[in-house]
Amino acid sequence: MTQTENEIVEGIGSDYAIKYGFHVAEDYFFKSGRGLSHELVDAISSHKNEPDWMRKFRHKSLDYFNARAMPNWGGALSEIDFDNIYYYIRPTEKQADSWEDLPADIKDTWDKLGIPEAEKKYLAGVGAQYESEVVYHKLQQSLTDQGVLFLDMDSALREHEDIIKEHIGTIIPQNDNKFAALNSAVWSGGSFIYVPKGVRIEMPLQAYFRINAENMGQFERTLIIVDEDAYVHYVEGCTAPIYSSDSLHSAVVEIVVKKGGRCRYTTIQNWSNNVYNLVTKRAVAHEDATMEWVDGNLGSKLTMKYPAIWLVGNRAHGEVLSIAFAGKGQHQDAGGKCVHQAPNTTSVITSKSISKDGGRAGYRGLLEVAHGAKGAKSKVVCDALILDDESRSDTYPTIRIDENDVDIGHEATVSKIGEEQLFYLMSRGLSEAEASAMVVSGFVEPITKELPLEYAVEMNRLIQLQMEGSVG
Amino acid sequence: MALLELKDLHVSLEDGTEIVKGVNLKVDSNEVHAIMGPNGSGKSTLSYAIAGHPAYQITQGQILLDGEDITETEADERAQKGLFLAFQYPHAIPGVTVTSFLRSAINAVRKAKNGAVDDPIPVPEFRTELFAQMERLSVSRELASRYLNDGFSGGEKKRVEILQMAMLKPRIAVLDETDSGLDIDALRIVAGGVQELIGPNMGALVITHYQRILNYIKPDFVHVFVGGKIVEEGGPELAKKLEESGYKEWEGVPA
Repeated sequence: MTQTENEIVEGIGSDYAIKYGFHVAEDYFFKSGRGLSHELVDAISSHKNEPDWMRKFRHKSLDYFNARAMPNWGGALSEIDFDNIYYYIRPTEKQADSWEDLPADIKDTWDKLGIPEAEKKYLAGVGAQYESEVVYHKLQQSLTDQGVLFLDMDSALREHEDIIKEHIGTIIPQNDNKFAALNSAVWSGGSFIYVPKGVRIEMPLQAYFRINAENMGQFERTLIIVDEDAYVHYVEGCTAPIYSSDSLHSAVVEIVVKKGGRCRYTTIQNWSNNVYNLVTKRAVAHEDATMEWVDGNLGSKLTMKYPAIWLVGNRAHGEVLSIAFAGKGQHQDAGGKCVHQAPNTTSVITSKSISKDGGRAGYRGLLEVAHGAKGAKSKVVCDALILDDESRSDTYPTIRIDENDVDIGHEATVSKIGEEQLFYLMSRGLSEAEASAMVVSGFVEPITKELPLEYAVEMNRLIQLQMEGSVG
Repeated sequence: MALLELKDLHVSLEDGTEIVKGVNLKVDSNEVHAIMGPNGSGKSTLSYAIAGHPAYQITQGQILLDGEDITETEADERAQKGLFLAFQYPHAIPGVTVTSFLRSAINAVRKAKNGAVDDPIPVPEFRTELFAQMERLSVSRELASRYLNDGFSGGEKKRVEILQMAMLKPRIAVLDETDSGLDIDALRIVAGGVQELIGPNMGALVITHYQRILNYIKPDFVHVFVGGKIVEEGGPELAKKLEESGYKEWEGVPA
């Protein structure tokens, strides 16, 4: 362990309520009423001074949302009270590019979450979304000079309307699914990234999504375009206060990786246990491009999220690394999708799920090889670790192959932490909780080792908190 | 007052079968006690019970460490107080490197000694000590970054057990069939590594079927263990006698 890691690890031991579960007073520039309507959509669009095509896009999307039935698979969605949600809150009038310019409560929140400090240490750019709007945004000057665009999505629509218009809703159509339709209707915030040809951004760009208000609905919309031979690593984190009633987070993320480019998208989802997290994420990878989703789901009441990669160019490569941890009262329905549409494309899906204290964690995945995608190779590995008899793990792998010349592997394991393993570790002085956490950390190590050090430490720390049962 | 004392120790399995049927034993620092017995005599049960395995129930008697009754304490607390069990079959912990595991274990023990307040070992000190002990026990450097016991050969597992002992510096080491699965060169290194640790700061209880490990870890006392009981006690000469004539003499003895 390096010195830095030691310093970070020293934070271990506090719990969710203190670290993330707090909320501060609301002193907002604008807060919509509860509930969803065409009037609300108009209000959002007007607030943002949007072009007419976007206003129409939103209204059409709301129609799609209303017309679609609730999914009857995944998790229990029937308890979501759409009339009780606040769909749009604009906390500040203007976005800041200095933390000092934010209202004190909001700045304090970011300080507590450690974002300004992380920005100084290891990030190339930061977007910080609070409720519906990105209140702080900054990109290193050297990247701006190289033509990198990293803005919040609303600013991007104002400043680069043609690019947004060209791409929005093309990877994930507005009527793709009920929650993509909802997002398309009421979206606000999120990131827009464009990495020009050949530009490789070595340090990650990070966005952090924070819900503060009770019954908040957060609907950020992200679009990332990685041009030929370019590289970006985008990291998102999210937390929310603990409330007794529910909040809703429903994002849409669309990504295009052009020839020879590479995009890595890392999520550390740590919502409080009263947040429904229903997210659609999809990337298109062109010739020789690489798309990687690293998806850690530790929080939320219910998560339904299956990051997808459409491999449309020769030799495109896709990876989905997914961790789902379900504790008491949590259901993580996570997984990944890879669709091979071109020859010699390759993909790997690795899923690790852990369930504890009655939690339910599962893998739901799709592997599809289209006719003509000769020489496609794919490997799906899903491992589940169940920590007690009350907890549950599910695996729903769907495989559709319409090509003979393929190499496909699928492995699934389910295991429990053995009494003997725990005794072995405890006989060296580790407490039962420490020993269990160690076994679980080891179980997810194939994924955490892919994370930058700071995030690996954060992930292990969160797992440790989950093991202590102190989350939410 | 002995460092480790077993007083009339009775141990049963969860189904109620009594395996250890009244053992009295005192081990002090700077002493090596050998418990020798045939297969099925309850040797491993005795070692698990001393270390605090939850599946083995102490139905009668006491375990004292430094005069303190630890009969009811959990395995982790016993380890924190200086008890160490070298396993016959160490378990694999995939995804956790030997280094990271050792550091966590050392820090857990240090924390307990520091009144439940974190007192992590400084990284340079840890590394220096680790590399020195690995050198001493002929453990290859590469093993330090591998996952604990995951895919290790029998010999590697046993060496890493002793490496853990050397790093954790227990006051009482219980070695359960440490010689099994070791060739003669490995046995010399492993047993020699233990012998060097025995002294004013550590005593050992060596549990074995065969006498050969006792060529390298010299016992001061030998206890013959048959049918869950110590049936005879003596000095090192008793081990030699067992090597020649086996356990037949005692196996007919009603338990």
